[in-house]
Amino acid sequence: MEKRTDKNSYTLLFAFIMVVIVGSVLAFAASSLKGKIDENKRIEKQQNILYAMGVNNNEEGSVEFVSKDIVAAEFSKYIKKQLIIQGDNVTEDDNAYLLDLKKEQTLSKDGNHKRRLPLFIGEKEGKTFYVAPIRGKGLWDAIWGYVAMDKNMVVQGVYFDHKGETPGLGANIKQRFFMDDFTGEEMMSGNSFKGISVAKGNNDPTNKDKTDHEVDAIAGATITGDGVSAMIKSELKLYVPYFKTLQ
Amino acid sequence: MGLLNKKDAKLITDPFLDNNPVTVQVLGICSALAITAELKASIVMAIAVMAVLAIGNVVISLMRNIIPSKIRIIVQLVVVAALVIIVDLVLKAYAYELSKTLSVFVGLIITNCIIMGRFEAFALANSPYQSFLDGIGNAAGYGIILIIVGFFRELLGSGTLLGYKVLGDPIEKTGVYAFGYENNGFMLLAPMALIVLGIIIWVQRSRNTNLIEE
Repeated sequence: MEKRTDKNSYTLLFAFIMVVIVGSVLAFAASSLKGKIDENKRIEKQQNILYAMGVNNNEEGSVEFVSKDIVAAEFSKYIKKQLIIQGDNVTEDDNAYLLDLKKEQTLSKDGNHKRRLPLFIGEKEGKTFYVAPIRGKGLWDAIWGYVAMDKNMVVQGVYFDHKGETPGLGANIKQRFFMDDFTGEEMMSGNSFKGISVAKGNNDPTNKDKTDHEVDAIAGATITGDGVSAMIKSELKLYVPYFKTLQ
Repeated sequence: MGLLNKKDAKLITDPFLDNNPVTVQVLGICSALAITAELKASIVMAIAVMAVLAIGNVVISLMRNIIPSKIRIIVQLVVVAALVIIVDLVLKAYAYELSKTLSVFVGLIITNCIIMGRFEAFALANSPYQSFLDGIGNAAGYGIILIIVGFFRELLGSGTLLGYKVLGDPIEKTGVYAFGYENNGFMLLAPMALIVLGIIIWVQRSRNTNLIEE
């Protein structure tokens, strides 16, 4: 005799009920936690931007952001201006750091949309930092970061992050030994934009030469490294016209 | 043991050694390759799989009499996927830092064949309590292999353990590097995980010849 649970009608009913239950549980969890998650993401962005311009609690070898409780105050203390650059049009916007880069990148594939570029101007100990957010592709998923530069586009500090790069390999782009190498490197070669390449076997593993536009790559993470080079080149290039106006 | 009778204790110890899910049943190899380049990731993955497998086993076991056999695989998949996503959402809201470390593993946990394998082979036919123990045991068996592989790959590949430079500094040439020792970058690549795993299987089978197939 056929078991009750083998009937087609039972199977369909079970599937239907299961989908409804699981769907509503997930939807409920997602919507009830959304506020908190968004808040966490906002705090993280502020921490990342401050990190790139050197406002952090780093100890030797570790990456430590300013703590969650004071990040809002620190952010308004150090970040003097937030700009959105759209062609020649530069506007101030206090929520520029929340601009969705992914959306902007997709929109700008359509020729009619002029890309909006956020730029954060920070001041620390009398020095001015220009922090630009960048976003690109790693091996598995998105990678992104913040690059702090002076007005000649010489890197003052960076922060990189990733969604799903391989732990121990590509994921190491957010480690100090990799990020610290960028500090002092130049983006411009004379009058033209050259960017910074993540290069293998570049004879300069300790990165003493700051004018070679190269930093040492991570072994076993070729594609993630290439992704970092590509995102620096394609994204920061867009800022060159603005930096030229600062000269 | 007070809480566990002999049969229950076996559920935990068996997968640890003679019926290890990775080295004997050869399940979960993909994630063992993917994330063992450093020890920390191995430990995080082991804990995450243990939580998901123990809870998932209990849920499936509770539902075992009402799941239609024709779609049981899909039901199992839905249960584990929903579980992992909920855990991820909760972590994102209340332990954001931890969730960032774990995010890479979410997909790997859902597709881990050990989880589906235990649902199918054990939880569908046993009581929730036994399923819970089975989940813990199998996840521990999986975790210990991950940790061993991660230990050797990180030590020989990067010269560090949990990020600490235990062998000295390769650039400043201190510690063992002063004697001309070099890190073996090959250890960081996936094939070496297979070779380390092969060595573990070799050791295990030479100690217990019952495991060798005719």
